[in-house]
Amino acid sequence: MNTTLRRALGAAAAAALGLPVLAACGSGGSDEADGGKTVTLVSHDSFQVSDSVLKEFEQQSGYTVKVLKSGDAGAAVNQAILSVKHPQGDVFFGVDNTLLSRALGKDLFAPYEAKGLDRVPKELQLDADRHRVTPIDTGDICVNYDRAYFADHKLAPPQSFDDLVKPEYKNLLVTENSATSSPGLAFQLGTVAKYGDSGWQDYWKKLKANGVEVVDGWEQAYNQRFSGSAAGRKAKGDKPLVVSYASSPPAEVLDAKPQPKEGPTGVATGTCFRQIEFAGLLSGAKNTEGGKALIDFLLSKKFQDDMPLSMFVNPVVRDATLPEVFTKYGAKAEHPEVLAPEKIAANREQWVKEWSSIVLK
Amino acid sequence: MVLDRPEVTVSEKPPRAPLSGSRKPRRTMRPTAVRLGLMAVPLAFFGVFFAYPVAAIVSRGLREDGRWQLGRIGDVLGDPATLHVLWFTTWQALASTALTLALALPGAYVFARFDFPGKRLLRAVVTVPFVLPTVVVGAAFLALVGRGGLLDELWGVRLDTTVWAILLAHVFFNYAVVVRTVGGLWAQLDPRQEEAARVLGAGRFAAWRRVTLPALAPAVAAAALMVFLFTFTSFGVVQILGGPRYSTLEVEIYQQTAQLLDLPTAAVLTLVQFVAVAVLLVVHGRTVRRRESALRLVDAARTARRPRGAAQWTLLGSVLAVVALLVLLPLAVLVLRSFDGPDGYGLAFYRALASAGDNGGTFVVAPLEAIGNSLGYALAATGIAVVVGGLAAAALTRRGSRLTRGFDALLMLPLGTSAVTVGFGFLITLDEPPLDLRTSWILVPLAQALVGVPFVVRTMLPVLRAVDARLREAAAVLGASPLRAWREVDLPMVARALGIAAGFAFAVSLGEFGATVFIARPDSPTLPVAVARLLGRPGELNYGQAMALSTILMLVCAAALLVLERVRTDRSGEF
Amino acid sequence: MSLLRLDGVTVRFGTRAVLDAVDLEVAEHETVCVLGPSGSGKSTLLRVVAGLQPVDAGRVLLSGGDQTGVPTHRREVGLMFQDHQLFPQRDVGGNVAFGLRMRGTGRAETERRVTELLDLVGLPGAQRRSVAALSGGEQQRVALARALAPRPRLLMLDEPLGQLDRSLRERLVVELRELFGRLGTTVLAVTHDQGEAFALADRVVVMRDGRIAQVGTPLEVWQRPASEFVARFLGFDNVVPATVAGERADTAWGEVPVPPDTPEGECKLLVRPGGVRLVPVAEGLACEVTGRTFRGDHVLVLLRPADGPELEASCGLRAAPEPGERVGVAFDAHDVVALRD
Repeated sequence: MNTTLRRALGAAAAAALGLPVLAACGSGGSDEADGGKTVTLVSHDSFQVSDSVLKEFEQQSGYTVKVLKSGDAGAAVNQAILSVKHPQGDVFFGVDNTLLSRALGKDLFAPYEAKGLDRVPKELQLDADRHRVTPIDTGDICVNYDRAYFADHKLAPPQSFDDLVKPEYKNLLVTENSATSSPGLAFQLGTVAKYGDSGWQDYWKKLKANGVEVVDGWEQAYNQRFSGSAAGRKAKGDKPLVVSYASSPPAEVLDAKPQPKEGPTGVATGTCFRQIEFAGLLSGAKNTEGGKALIDFLLSKKFQDDMPLSMFVNPVVRDATLPEVFTKYGAKAEHPEVLAPEKIAANREQWVKEWSSIVLK
Repeated sequence: MVLDRPEVTVSEKPPRAPLSGSRKPRRTMRPTAVRLGLMAVPLAFFGVFFAYPVAAIVSRGLREDGRWQLGRIGDVLGDPATLHVLWFTTWQALASTALTLALALPGAYVFARFDFPGKRLLRAVVTVPFVLPTVVVGAAFLALVGRGGLLDELWGVRLDTTVWAILLAHVFFNYAVVVRTVGGLWAQLDPRQEEAARVLGAGRFAAWRRVTLPALAPAVAAAALMVFLFTFTSFGVVQILGGPRYSTLEVEIYQQTAQLLDLPTAAVLTLVQFVAVAVLLVVHGRTVRRRESALRLVDAARTARRPRGAAQWTLLGSVLAVVALLVLLPLAVLVLRSFDGPDGYGLAFYRALASAGDNGGTFVVAPLEAIGNSLGYALAATGIAVVVGGLAAAALTRRGSRLTRGFDALLMLPLGTSAVTVGFGFLITLDEPPLDLRTSWILVPLAQALVGVPFVVRTMLPVLRAVDARLREAAAVLGASPLRAWREVDLPMVARALGIAAGFAFAVSLGEFGATVFIARPDSPTLPVAVARLLGRPGELNYGQAMALSTILMLVCAAALLVLERVRTDRSGEF
Repeated sequence: MSLLRLDGVTVRFGTRAVLDAVDLEVAEHETVCVLGPSGSGKSTLLRVVAGLQPVDAGRVLLSGGDQTGVPTHRREVGLMFQDHQLFPQRDVGGNVAFGLRMRGTGRAETERRVTELLDLVGLPGAQRRSVAALSGGEQQRVALARALAPRPRLLMLDEPLGQLDRSLRERLVVELRELFGRLGTTVLAVTHDQGEAFALADRVVVMRDGRIAQVGTPLEVWQRPASEFVARFLGFDNVVPATVAGERADTAWGEVPVPPDTPEGECKLLVRPGGVRLVPVAEGLACEVTGRTFRGDHVLVLLRPADGPELEASCGLRAAPEPGERVGVAFDAHDVVALRD
């Protein structure tokens, strides 16, 4: 026992002291990779792609893709901004329209016009002049409803922002804190877009009077409080309305066998705010060519077809095919609310502060 | 009367008072050199992986155009919102500490003095929450005090989004801190001292108050300060259970840094938290030093007996009831949900975990892989923590200068520092060769080790200090050089404490979530990160798998702690 | 050449000198006992020789070599600690073998030596026993064997028999003396027990407050304590101020006879209890008996004279008077010692 311990200690000491060596090796390795074999994608924790799709790209392009994930969308963007001088990778994916201005203002990205951009609707190309970022996916944040609840209570589910403040929907909605949750902020931005710079405050006062409940995160809202989700049913959720994604209903039936005729939840399509996620070539990227190839890949039909089921978002290219579960159970908002990124960047903090003092105090 | 009770006198001799202060500098050169040598690795570790990154991110916030913007400090501190946060942070921590002590002190007594079947297992189980990530605990705890939770079903009582939920969850997390710190000492207090007081005419309570309580007071103070420190820097619990109306400093720092990138405000708040934590550590250091006074300690195994009489059985019963309600129930709900599949109770979610990956990208992570990652990271973190913490403890063994005391406090600081501060600090400092570790796997265990080191030091130090210096002298006279004497005398004696320290570091790294989530790495998520990702996605299967994975995490932690229970030493430090 | 020499060794704790310019020599094969009350600095003396305690002034020489700067583990001395300090995690054999292992002695040789030493201290075959299971006397023997095993040039004993009971102590003292004689070991021991010191030592050093109060053979010290301090430390309490004139001294007890060569003038006189004879009241100093203490083969009688300090007299078991009786006291000149201060 004595000798084993001694040996173990020795090994641990060697490990600790060997750190600098190891570090040197590590960086040496990546320098070598500059030659062009490895391309690094920096993203948030939600980034996901099917193995087979990624493998195919690696085989065809000859690049090895390394994916780095760090925190949620906000944290990931901010980390990228902080390390703008020494970027961690070649491509960043996951900056959305609510954060875009901040990223562009800090010169995070280098211009690149991706192949296949012509297949993307113009209204999604928010930096069309300079092509510093490329739209990759969209996701709508909308109120979801629990079908069973409204059927049981013989009540029509709400369809629009205006509906939500009506007395028949009193105490039914749970949303997320704008200050801590990205869907929460998006929902608030939706109301700003809908009611204007000076009108949204009144709307929230009414919403508060109508008993809106605010929790800190999407997980709590959707998995604990919402009565329509599987987890929420188990947790005896008490709110039949929740701010979530337009793609949440398909997710609820994804694993059900056999698949039901109708999903347990639906989307109030008049309450949607559109988030567009972008990718961009990091300025200072070591492997520029590889980065460009990677962005092209993110717009390829293969990747765009894969996205709905791996990340629960909508593709941006016109030729992508949605999986059946999306078309059957999902909803498409015809006229989602949108806001210019510059406007969001300029007012975001003030809006969140105002919102907090109206809703939380 | 039990006369044959073997005695373990604290080998710590009453201070040979005249020794200090008399040595001439010439004579202390060598011990000081040795101490500095031992400190080199821990100092380098803390310098590079803590002080430098944190200082960098703070000064990035407070400097603009190459000038210090110290006016910012006043601006932020003058903001009523900041004061509100500071006030809430302080009072909830005070209230949590008081409540934890009130509920856990009887538990400490019961674990110390009573023998009952399953005690060892139970002691391991009550420690599980301490090392579980808050994401998991939040979900479990909501099931107890939240809507549709047990209290709601029975009496219609709901505590979520009230401050009570925060306080109770803090009790849940820190119950073990009190039971272990106070109970550990209590079990070793010689009951004959109380008996002596009884013989001298003191009533049962008077004997306890005049004999046991004073002996226990420093341990109680130490436990209280640890609980205060943990609750003062509470993050996940406040976010998940408190609802949006409650916010602690730690939550604000996270907000300002990760979400708003308002580094100036974050820097000021970080400094405020530093000051608060530093004050705490100074007070804590004082009580710990007092606690090391000579007490008559006996083998813990001999002081516990089966409860006798209605009063003792009632006490045992009520403590077990509190444990069941506050600790076991939330954990049980978690386990239950992991089995509550779409087709009734079964192993559906566990099977899904095992078969993940078959369905292409549907699953966020291959969950079994996460277990492997977690174990690998935790092992590496444990290795680093044991080496760094062990060397630091060895350097600190000989009490002495203010310098070493300061070093002691420095080692504790990471416990009071926001993970996001460290994580973002890494990002802007470790970005150039030879230290471009940002994307290296080693950064994760390094960050985890930062949290593990204080535990290693706290566990090892009392044991090392309890090794009689004269044993080392005996070895020296017999021809052993100082290093050899340490290896031959100290090491064998502290081997068990080292094992315990390693186990704790392991369990803590296993549950570490904050720093891990901010560190960009080639995708190899740990268990807590995987749980968080699964919870972040809709659909029954994801949620169920999160519960199943949490249960597995819980089991791994419990198993590690149970092994520790078997090797508990007589003096195993504060934890 | 002496094996150990201390030249003006001074150790200060704060402002207090625990050792104050101590000079001491120990010859080869000699056993020297340092005797003194607790706090007199005797343990510090051993620690200085072992190199465990740095000195503020002076030198320690072993076999003529200055030990300044030589660390403990290179001094090749042995030290038996007061409470033995056996290594709890090693068995008896492991403890005894420790010093040999540190010196790189081969395995076979170590085993042979351990066996030999355990035989020597009367614990044959105890190698595998746990030290926690040993009695006090056995621990003592193991500690001795451990200290002797590496053949130190100087063996130091700190209160070697302090914690043992009386009968065991008396037996062990004899054994130790016989053993050291046989092995030719040079020994420096410290103790607060005069009986132990006198039984063990060739030479006794009495210490007081960091200074040497008296050096001599046990007999010299016993017969002629140099000072009141030494006298009282040895247990002699019949001390009285006196003025010597010729073979008579004038004291509060009246006239006391003194040995012929006693210096004239003021001094203090010690009368050993054996030199206090009980006589009929009329024939000597009148005293009242205030108490009796049995001392095995004799009785110590406490006496209160009309004037001057109380007296102790040693007398036979049967001759001892009852408390309350009035007796007379006479003094024998050859049990009277004039003290220097």
